[in-house]
Amino acid sequence: MRATIVRGAGLGVLLFGMSSVPSAQGLAQQSQPDLVSGASEMGHEGALRWFNLTVDQLEYQFVRNGRDGLKWDFQADYGGDINRVVLRSEGTKLTGDSYEEAEVQLLYSRSVGDFYDAQGGIRYDLGNDPRRAYGVFGIQGLAPYFVELEALAFVSDEGEFSGRLEAEYDLLITNRLILQPNVELNVALNQVREREVGRGFNDIETGLRLRYEFTRVFAPYIGVNYERKLGDTADFADDEGEDKDAFSFVSGIRLVF
Amino acid sequence: MSKTSNPLGLSRRRALQLSAAAGVVSVFPGRRVFAQAASTYDLVIDRQSMMIDGHRSPAITLNGSVPGPTLRFIEGGEAIVYVRNNLSEDASIHWHGLLIDPAMDGVPGFNGYTGIPAGGTFTYRFDLRQAGTYWYHSHSGFQEQAGLYGSLVIESNKREPFRYDRDYVLVLSDHTDEDPSGIFQNLKTEDGYYNYRKQTLFDFFQDAREQGFGAAWDDRMAWGSMRMDKTDLADVTGYSFLVNGKGPKDNWTGLFTPGERVRLRFINASAMSIFDVRIPDLPMTVVAADGLNVRPVKINEFRIGTAETYDVIVLPEERPYTIMSEPIDRTGYARATLATAHGMEAPIPALRPRTLLTMNDMGMAMGGMDHGSMAGMEGMDHGSMAGMDHSKMGGMSGMNHGAPVGGNTMSNPDAPDAVANPPSEMTDSMGGMDRGARERASANQAAVGWADAGTLPGEKALAYADLRSVTTNKDTRPPTKDIEIRLDGNMERYIWALNGERYAYAEPIRVAYGDRVRLRLVNTTMMAHPMHLHGMFVELEDDTGANKALKHTVLVPPGKEVSVLLTADEPGEWPLHCHLLYHMAAGMMARFIVESKTASL
Ligand SMILES: [Cu+2]
Repeated sequence: MRATIVRGAGLGVLLFGMSSVPSAQGLAQQSQPDLVSGASEMGHEGALRWFNLTVDQLEYQFVRNGRDGLKWDFQADYGGDINRVVLRSEGTKLTGDSYEEAEVQLLYSRSVGDFYDAQGGIRYDLGNDPRRAYGVFGIQGLAPYFVELEALAFVSDEGEFSGRLEAEYDLLITNRLILQPNVELNVALNQVREREVGRGFNDIETGLRLRYEFTRVFAPYIGVNYERKLGDTADFADDEGEDKDAFSFVSGIRLVF
Repeated sequence: MSKTSNPLGLSRRRALQLSAAAGVVSVFPGRRVFAQAASTYDLVIDRQSMMIDGHRSPAITLNGSVPGPTLRFIEGGEAIVYVRNNLSEDASIHWHGLLIDPAMDGVPGFNGYTGIPAGGTFTYRFDLRQAGTYWYHSHSGFQEQAGLYGSLVIESNKREPFRYDRDYVLVLSDHTDEDPSGIFQNLKTEDGYYNYRKQTLFDFFQDAREQGFGAAWDDRMAWGSMRMDKTDLADVTGYSFLVNGKGPKDNWTGLFTPGERVRLRFINASAMSIFDVRIPDLPMTVVAADGLNVRPVKINEFRIGTAETYDVIVLPEERPYTIMSEPIDRTGYARATLATAHGMEAPIPALRPRTLLTMNDMGMAMGGMDHGSMAGMEGMDHGSMAGMDHSKMGGMSGMNHGAPVGGNTMSNPDAPDAVANPPSEMTDSMGGMDRGARERASANQAAVGWADAGTLPGEKALAYADLRSVTTNKDTRPPTKDIEIRLDGNMERYIWALNGERYAYAEPIRVAYGDRVRLRLVNTTMMAHPMHLHGMFVELEDDTGANKALKHTVLVPPGKEVSVLLTADEPGEWPLHCHLLYHMAAGMMARFIVESKTASL
């Protein structure tokens, strides 16, 4: 789920024109190497850096409890094999309503093992709830069976702890027609009444999107999305006269640069 | 050890003896057609475009063409090549396979060589210490992918142990309209970016129908648990496959007169492609590998790794022939024609089935993988092996014949032996109808495992085990040291490395001048890697005697080990790298240092 837009200038010269050999760990290793976390990596990032932007979701949500909505979810990152900087944002805005929720994360990401990146940084919420800033720590990567996984823990500037687990999978119907189920689960350790967040599981969101990859860059899709608030969070929503759940048809595009 | 101007030491008498012993060709001195040879060439590097099948594509050209001109020299002389670089970036030219003064090897960052500056010039000057088919290419950035390569032929100054009347060079390559550095970055961000032939839901249903749901499910789970893909044969697609710069429609054509012996010098100058090459109805006799003469081997097809060369001799009858080169992922083909007149064409055979990788290609039978993961795979190994084999093994010749896997007995115990397995049906195949039927049967058969080229039943594919040097090896000492070189990769991140380190972070490998060492190339990945050592030839260990075939590039199959012997008699800093361009760029390269004589003696 990553791709690139920057074409490094003079990349080749940097790659092959390297005449000095940084000192590194010895040749003898017994086991299957861990190519990304060797001690030699410290202090070096190699010659290569690249940028990529994946807009996983940019969609219009139809008849979401009578109101349409706009949803986005993208991630941009820049760096090399090991160290990268990540900018991530997701949010929803409903038409004809002041409701919106949006967040931005700025993270440092470092490869740990062949398939995962450890990430840490800050998150800022921009929605119409009381604003919050958070510290973020988590992992992102490819789990066995090709499941894209993201597990993040947050601690707010008010000292509230929460977490999020996201998973998605690409089911290849053909090599261009791809069905993507996804699920996101939010959990909180602290109740935050003014943000209508209860303790425990707050909400679950799941979707099924069918995209057609005309190219790796451009893939329009259609699908369905379902969100449901859970536990105290659902009760808080009830109290405020808000919906506890929302089902919508979606149509959008996935973009990878 | 001392350097000689004739390192291969083939005496004429020895050559005659050997060719007589092989009983295939005889020597008729003086009948060979010497092509024009010079000692001085001018090369100009430009960014231009090229026409492929009527389509214009961006390219880097040499003297206005892709590939560059064939440079012909005569062994024993001195070559002088003046190069002008009209690019806006540094360039370089490396002489692939030549025994050469390190300063002239042409790899920026090695031996004090700094490349040819943008708008500048460089004069290469080197002794021609060997004869045979070689090539040259850029060693800067991704220029080779864009077209900066050409062939280099050194005529022997002695009689050759085989006769031929015509001599053609066939430069196989892969060309793309895409910006090569863009390709690299796409691979970096998604390793399967160019694979549009992954296994789908429909493939699953078909497998479930054929093998039962359980077997098909187990198979998917086995591969999924490792996050690996059995269709991962090539990293880049979208290529036009070329012969001498010509696309399949352009149809490069070599003319012959019936009765002539035609020498075809195949060079795989592609950036990323491994080809299966055949000429339907025309058996080939391999007479040289990587430039150096081998005892003749009669074959119907060969697999040629990136940067390898094979010279074959054919005796075409009065009819046209298609020279068919299919990349192993079967996403297209390169085509050329041998004919008695221009415009003649032979049928183009259907592409043979693409193979699927198996657990064997994962090195499951080897020590390459760590044992923790091996234990976990044991269950599914037999549970789903039937599934992986597509349960259509009946009558498959693939495992026996389509296996040019190199190496010692450890890596390929089933390697066919040319003498023990003569291509008995070769004459039958001349009939035409018979062959057509077999072609059709073969096209419907699934291929299994990397080594399976889909070779027709009764036909013979070249194996490394078939190769024997015509000359006696000059150094027959047993090796005093084993050097393990693991070929490592992380597909998910598109990181490639040797011994776990990307080039930028790796320590050089050092040997003393005169050392006799064994290099154990252990492939821990699911892709084949054509490993190339500059400046010296290595000996394949298939032969236990003194006629080990010499190679400059060794194709190491997925999950296998190939070991080679080396006499480190060329002091210098030599690149050792995978010749898949984007693997090298991602780090699959090391600095192989042969200490100078004074340092060690
Ligand atoms: Cu490689």
